[in-house]
Amino acid sequence: MNSLPWQEVPLTWYLLLSAVLFALGVVGFLIKRNLITVFMSIELMLNAVNLSFVTFAHQWGAVKGQIFVFFVMMVAAAEAAVGLAIIIAIFRVRATLAVDRIDLMKL
Amino acid sequence: MHLILFVVFAGFCLAGAINLLLQSHPINSALSLIVVMTSLAVLYLLLGAEFLAAAQVIVYAGAIMVLFTFVVMLLNASREERTLGSRAARAVGFPAVVAILAVLATVILHLQGVGTARIGQGLTNVKGSTNIEELSGVLFTKLLLPFEVTSVLILIAILGAVALARHGHGETEETPERTSAQ
Repeated sequence: MNSLPWQEVPLTWYLLLSAVLFALGVVGFLIKRNLITVFMSIELMLNAVNLSFVTFAHQWGAVKGQIFVFFVMMVAAAEAAVGLAIIIAIFRVRATLAVDRIDLMKL
Repeated sequence: MHLILFVVFAGFCLAGAINLLLQSHPINSALSLIVVMTSLAVLYLLLGAEFLAAAQVIVYAGAIMVLFTFVVMLLNASREERTLGSRAARAVGFPAVVAILAVLATVILHLQGVGTARIGQGLTNVKGSTNIEELSGVLFTKLLLPFEVTSVLILIAILGAVALARHGHGETEETPERTSAQ
């Protein structure tokens, strides 16, 4: 990597960053005990995947990857709205956000 | 220049993501996630995706994270209790995460023909037109139907969110109006 000029960054680094961010998101999903923070970890995983979409769009010089990211963003917005509404509904019934205490399907 | 910007903002990304895991208060995690998303917008800019960088700041760092912080404050979420979590998450989860990361890293490092990125070099095969022109050209001609379906999806999501977050699911509020109308 030292032979490259310092104006350039290998796309491999972007992909590795994306993989590490995804793994951190999975770890957060597993270890966090707060419902909202678990949801944030899911958003982090979505962002990691978006980064690798943009990287591959740059690699192939094609616009399709960026369009995929656009649609992922729209779906994530819808998902965040509905998910947070569900969290509010759960909190109203259970009065807690700890995932250990929310262990029944029935509200 | 590109290398410096990449290192700085990739460092911000990783630091924000790790801070998200370490903080015990949800509002601190939300602020760390805003740092991650804004740094990702800069990385999109480095990769020549100007529109997505703007959309990332507006939609993710703006709208979605405002929603998150709003819900954290609305529900008055306190510090999370440090429990050990489920034993399955510890026993199966972490080796699985390490395995996923190892497989991904191996595949990525063995990719052949992956190029490099430099500043000002956007979509390389597109000459004389900007990124936004290309994107909108495809989005409003070939992919018009999915685009419109997305707007319907957003509308349904808004309606669903309002219906879910309302008090008492409308049972108690509607009955007086109905009786008075009759």
